[in-house]
Amino acid sequence: MSGGMSPGMGETPLLAVEDLRVDLPLEQGTLHAVRGLSFEVGRGETLCLVGESGCGKSLTSLAVMGLLPRRAKRSARRLSFDGQELLGLSERRMAALRGNRLAMIFQEPMTSLNPAYSIGDQLEEALLCHRRVGRRQARERAVHLLERVGITAAGRRLGQYPHQLSGGLRQRIMIAMALMCGPELIIADEPTTALDVTIQAQILHLLLELKREMGLALVLITHDLGVVARVADKVAVMYAGEIVESGSAVEIFGNPRHPYTRGLLSCVPVPGRTRPGEPLGSIPGIVPSLVGSLEECGFRERCALAQAACRRPVPLHRLEAGRAVRCVLADPAGAPA
Amino acid sequence: MSDTPVLALRDVSRTFRISRGLMRGKATLRAVDSVSLQLRRGEVLALVGESGCGKTTLSRILLGLLPPSSGEVLIDGQPMKPADRKARARRIQPVFQDPYSSLNPRKTVAQIVAAPLQVHQVGDPAGRARVVAETLDLVGLPRRVADSYPGQMSGGQRQRVAIARALVMRPEVMICDEPTSALDVSVQSQILNLLLDLQKELGLTYLLISHNLAVVEHIANRVAVMYLGRIVEVAPTARLFAEARHPYTRALLESVLTPEPGLGVPDTHLGVAYPNPIDPPSGCAFHPRCPSVLPICSQVRPQTLRDALGRIECHLHGPAPTGAASAAPQEQPQEHS
Repeated sequence: MSGGMSPGMGETPLLAVEDLRVDLPLEQGTLHAVRGLSFEVGRGETLCLVGESGCGKSLTSLAVMGLLPRRAKRSARRLSFDGQELLGLSERRMAALRGNRLAMIFQEPMTSLNPAYSIGDQLEEALLCHRRVGRRQARERAVHLLERVGITAAGRRLGQYPHQLSGGLRQRIMIAMALMCGPELIIADEPTTALDVTIQAQILHLLLELKREMGLALVLITHDLGVVARVADKVAVMYAGEIVESGSAVEIFGNPRHPYTRGLLSCVPVPGRTRPGEPLGSIPGIVPSLVGSLEECGFRERCALAQAACRRPVPLHRLEAGRAVRCVLADPAGAPA
Repeated sequence: MSDTPVLALRDVSRTFRISRGLMRGKATLRAVDSVSLQLRRGEVLALVGESGCGKTTLSRILLGLLPPSSGEVLIDGQPMKPADRKARARRIQPVFQDPYSSLNPRKTVAQIVAAPLQVHQVGDPAGRARVVAETLDLVGLPRRVADSYPGQMSGGQRQRVAIARALVMRPEVMICDEPTSALDVSVQSQILNLLLDLQKELGLTYLLISHNLAVVEHIANRVAVMYLGRIVEVAPTARLFAEARHPYTRALLESVLTPEPGLGVPDTHLGVAYPNPIDPPSGCAFHPRCPSVLPICSQVRPQTLRDALGRIECHLHGPAPTGAASAAPQEQPQEHS
């Protein structure tokens, strides 16, 4: 893994996002939910977008997939998949990509599976839509993938309906469904958050194994720092609709530079590292409103290190290769070390 | 007196009659199966296990919301009768997982927090208002929120309201069912810090129900591990995390994803299927998923062993079953991962 935000060897990145913005018109004004996001994902790479509720991470994934609610406005300087520009692509062309070369796994398997169709119908549909195959071939592929994601008696499962299955099984089925057409990129939005820790570990283990085997790229959206640390090659920490820090997982967890990243890491108890019973770190205050314009560092009011310069818009400072921090303290030109 | 557990379960079981569908009659689901458990005054006892293991049923029995099918609940060593629900509610109070659904959206914070005082007819309106104000101070809420509605508050503030409501009767025991799992990381740490402070300040006893083992390690003194209605291991927290004895406990601990990059996601070897509680496996209920399974495990239910290290219910540890003992008590096949 290159560990940087751009893939090595000058290849075109599989997914390139530049200055992505998502605006939601509300009664009180415009909510700028995603405010100029840029990132790249190379083939076979795992990028984790991490942040707390309201930071814009889920809208980012929907924006890439072209699945935003109708009233939301998307704009970007660039949003390309394997060199093909997705902005302005017709819905028909986008639908041909979606579920095919570009797949998505949602958080709630119960709400994203159709309760009125059998598991088999839903799995086969993806392949029948995108490939010239017969029903029998589609069925064979479905059985093969269900077995691959560790579901026993796969043939029998095809006739079952979502409500007959446990949460862990449903999430495995969502993964199998995403894999049906052999995608190059999967975007997974909190794929294990609703599950037990034991099932979570199994599903992530499986996802990583499949990813290695099939050379998939993965964008994983989560608020769970444990999952990020164990799964990510690259991490982008989001706050108030922006990336505030990005870099390799080793760098972000070993040497966090943004006060928000540091604050987040201090909040989580870690067995063997934090002292039981001692107070955990915390981040005082609340997230700023993103309605209207925010012409300063979004974290300023919660930051213990805030200074006058934080009242102006803060650019993303690029440090070493693949490492960037949106903080005046990280400004290589003339900030205190 | 002080040695008497503040709350105890003696051989408590709870069964439910479950409809299996049209014409197929009813089945019996044993949600809690002969559980004995003691809550010592001033301790934090954690109850951990996967969804469906009976944690919540157990907490409802302790709260008096559900009568046990057999067995006894003792408070200060005295058996509790179903008719004593109100007296019990003065001493034991719940904090639920989801502060969005556990607070009445049509009542103000002051009304919500004062409700238990009204039910128990404590004091006059002025006295009640004073107690409510004091309790809001205690949980770190500004007094001005007293007239706000839950809908106007953040998730962290709502959970503080739920804690205030539980505290207003000055109970001895609080049953906290996943108190932080619906909250963001930075808010979670604030609530955990608050629970720890309150415990020290007021000498409270907590039963903490959680699937987050990092949180458990941080605030619990002892841990009880539940599997399919049985308590399979009890041990002091530090010992459990250092040397868990039950293979299920070990699998749970291996599933904890700490924010340490480079460690990857472990393979817990647990298999997918949590057994169907209507049709539990014979012998030790964990045997179909157990990596260290012995021939005896599917035939004989292990006895509970109580020793200096805690309590364990597993054929690998414990009094050798008579007769079968000579049949090669295999070396523990798997020490670690």
